[in-house]
Amino acid sequence: MKSKTFHGGVHPLEYKELTENCAFETMPLPDEIILPVSQHLGKDASPQVKKGDEVLSGQLVAKAEGFISAPIHTSVAGKVISLGKEITASGFPKDSIVIKTNGTIGSEKILLSPLNPETITPEEIRARVAEAGIVGQGGAAFPTYVKLSPPKDKMIDVVILNGCECEPYLTRDYRLMIERPDDLISGFKLIMKALGVDRGVIGIENNKPDAIKLLSEKVVDEKGLEVISLKTKYPQGAEKMLIKAVTGKEVPPGKLPMDVGAVIQNIGTAIAIHDAVVKGEVLTVAALTVSGKGIKIPKNLLVPVGTPIQNVIDFCGGVTEDSVKIVVGGPMMGVAQFDLHAPVMKATSGILVLTKDEVAENPETPCLRCGQCVGACPLNLMPTKLARYSQLQKYEEAEGADINVCMECGTCAYTCPANIPLVQWIRLGKQKVLEMQRERAVMNK
Amino acid sequence: MTTETTAEPKQKVYFDLTTSPHLHSKWSTAKVMWFVNIALAPSVAAAIVFFGIYQAIIMVTAVAFAVGTEAAVQSVRKKQVTWFDGSAALTGLLLALTLPPNFSLSATAIGSVVAIGLGKQIFGGLGYNIFNPALVGRAFLQAAFPVQITTWTQPNFAVDGITSATPLAALKFDKILTETSSMAIGNVGGSLGETSAAAVLVGGIFLIVVGIVNWRIPLSMIIGMIVFGGIFWFINPDNPTPVFHIFAGSFLFGAMFMATDWVTSPITNKGMWMFGLGISLILVIIRIFGGLPEGVMYSILFMNAFVPLINRYTTPWVFGAIKAEKKNE
Repeated sequence: MKSKTFHGGVHPLEYKELTENCAFETMPLPDEIILPVSQHLGKDASPQVKKGDEVLSGQLVAKAEGFISAPIHTSVAGKVISLGKEITASGFPKDSIVIKTNGTIGSEKILLSPLNPETITPEEIRARVAEAGIVGQGGAAFPTYVKLSPPKDKMIDVVILNGCECEPYLTRDYRLMIERPDDLISGFKLIMKALGVDRGVIGIENNKPDAIKLLSEKVVDEKGLEVISLKTKYPQGAEKMLIKAVTGKEVPPGKLPMDVGAVIQNIGTAIAIHDAVVKGEVLTVAALTVSGKGIKIPKNLLVPVGTPIQNVIDFCGGVTEDSVKIVVGGPMMGVAQFDLHAPVMKATSGILVLTKDEVAENPETPCLRCGQCVGACPLNLMPTKLARYSQLQKYEEAEGADINVCMECGTCAYTCPANIPLVQWIRLGKQKVLEMQRERAVMNK
Repeated sequence: MTTETTAEPKQKVYFDLTTSPHLHSKWSTAKVMWFVNIALAPSVAAAIVFFGIYQAIIMVTAVAFAVGTEAAVQSVRKKQVTWFDGSAALTGLLLALTLPPNFSLSATAIGSVVAIGLGKQIFGGLGYNIFNPALVGRAFLQAAFPVQITTWTQPNFAVDGITSATPLAALKFDKILTETSSMAIGNVGGSLGETSAAAVLVGGIFLIVVGIVNWRIPLSMIIGMIVFGGIFWFINPDNPTPVFHIFAGSFLFGAMFMATDWVTSPITNKGMWMFGLGISLILVIIRIFGGLPEGVMYSILFMNAFVPLINRYTTPWVFGAIKAEKKNE
């Protein structure tokens, strides 16, 4: 089978061998969990508990506010000890609910009533997804029920399940695919039902042949479902790249996948939907990969949402002497951490402890105009030009050169032989252009 | 001095907070430059085999003066001295390989000083020059030493009928056509690096495989030569065949090592095609209608001047943008 793909991209060392054979382990409950009320894109959830309240495992502690938002449930039973700003993995302090776990074991998790996936209606699926607080597991944490409620005038003809896992190191989607294939397909069918779509594609990079084989066998008898092998290349898992590879369509700048008739969901999201509908579980556990050469025992873990990163690292045997950087997320787009009290959140996909050897960078030199970044940019931008505009504070020119189209995948900076921090300059430029546009909007009013 | 220390829980503090991506390809400017130097090894060896050990002295002289000029200019400008990044050495070596056998050492040194000084540092150093520095150096020598630079030596293993003249000069002035097989191996008259097509191809293909040379430039030059050379050959069969054009003179050396210089070639894929085709077109015109037998140097320098313009007009369409415009129409 020929693998499909997109134009551009890079192929970093994968490092998947560190964890690809590690089956999921369940992490024990921590003494204390920190639940930021913003674990999703959109409006913060509003706390429904106050200091001193006793809560049960699975209880709603913050409810969704507005359309684009998601409720928060506690992953442990215990007592609310504080409400206030706590550091998060994004680097910013956010309003959070801190719960001290009470030592008593046996605090059974509260479940919603299980529903029959055969007879459930699309409305019921959406309502359950919203109630269970499910957000996209791919990293952006977009509330899933919003994605399942496209405007009436958008014709959706395909749902794509993103099994690319194109970030190096991460193997949690791969483990989910081979450990829970039936639940995955069940969840996928629920997504398709909610959207009223009869074509479903599971796109998997060809560095996971056993996952492709297993799921292909499972969908043989399922009408409308197929598994597609994709070339192993970063950023194959980016929405626009995945849609291009699967359907051949390009999502125009500033538009959404649904504008070309596609909806993308993550592997973890499909399983969370299955759990919410069939088992009645709310989303309180994050499936993540703990990896990197700087962690003593790399693992795939099921971590209660709200567990501080420090606890997860301790559970994996701690860090090695030569570790220099801790990253939450993947190595291409994740965020470096300075405070390990930051909690694991719903969409946390990985915790990486990297050694000097892995993050080594060569000295920066002037741009050699080699064109590597231009050839590699999956969105056909000219990173070297955009970075230069940003450096020279020529934000108007940067805007004209479509700087805001950049999705910050980091392909350019990865590939640059002169080691210029291209995407970092572009990121700054994007912020400045947005500020400029906001000012302009105010002036025009 | 107290020996009592309280055992505090040791928590590692992480200060490496640079933003993503946290991984980087293992390439660096210096590594790229040294790889290109290495890729020239077959050509260096071929030059010594065909023209004698003296040619090694020319190359050493060219490299030494290029590196020395780079270091001197950077010191004077109070910039970081970067001679060890291999780029000045590469310019010197490239220049040496474009010179005729047994060329004067003092003239070689002058060529290197001009290549680095006027070809590169005057624009601000690495990455800022418009023209290929080695070719700037050679163009200067061509103007300053027109006789010496066209004085050719017979190769060591010359077979019957091979003169010291280059195949292009032999054809242009004496109407003698050289065997393509001789040009492929390299036992013909010509500049140090250009005579052996085989050695050039070994180095060039190595650079394409490791990803330093973008295949679009050499390929478009060869396609351009087949098309444009073919047209002139078709019009008048007295003109050389495209195959002769490709193997003669410094065409392949230019296609693999000169036109592909990162700094002075376009950054867009489409631009690279235009650049390569343009070089071949100008080259065919110079070779057939010009007073000089060879024109690779001038055609590359000429197209170098167009690179900023080519980059501007070949800016790729942003992903999805074409379709969006069509929809709006």
